[in-house]
Amino acid sequence: MGKISVRFFARYAELAGCTWSHVNVDTPTTVAEVIARVREVFPGTQAMPATPLAALNQRQVKLDAPVTEGDEVALLPPLSGG
Amino acid sequence: MMHLTRHPIDVGDLLAAVQSAERGGTCVFLGTVRNDADVTGIDYSAYEAMAFEEIERILAEAHECWPGARVMLQHRLGVIPVGEASIAIAAAAPHRDEAFAACRYVIEEVKKRLPVWKKELRADGSEQWVEAHDHR
Repeated sequence: MGKISVRFFARYAELAGCTWSHVNVDTPTTVAEVIARVREVFPGTQAMPATPLAALNQRQVKLDAPVTEGDEVALLPPLSGG
Repeated sequence: MMHLTRHPIDVGDLLAAVQSAERGGTCVFLGTVRNDADVTGIDYSAYEAMAFEEIERILAEAHECWPGARVMLQHRLGVIPVGEASIAIAAAAPHRDEAFAACRYVIEEVKKRLPVWKKELRADGSEQWVEAHDHR
């Protein structure tokens, strides 16, 4: 099992009830698997879309991106900067 | 100059950061909070570390495309009242075409890539997260 940091922002932080936490998953894994685990641990996040935007170690990635122990996955609501 | 600030943006500082004697064309883009129905302000939040890195990447790309241009941007976070700027971009280049092109590139990439979120604050005290729209 590997420990993955998870960060939530804006509306997703409200759904999760926190801005930062971690989940334990079998590693190596993918962003999609981390998100699936997040939905179990933080039931409020089941209201997120099926394929939310995600960042791995501060870069936007596709959901099949590989994740290893110690990585950080951030879940990003639709961006609305500017 | 910091890319993210919680204070009103000073366009003069941005201009000073990009202008020079060899750059004869300068343009500035300002994004300001609009008075959409009953909106009194917008509370901007960000994944700040990632937003900083993303801005650095976008500015580096602009520099690669238009080597003669110098571009700076500031995005303001926190509660911003209607009429005040949430983002300012200044681009200076030897000639206007490059200045406009670089400025346009940066604002379009910011809209697509910056991890920043808006919550509209309304006159009746209610709040609403803003989902992305493709207004231009």
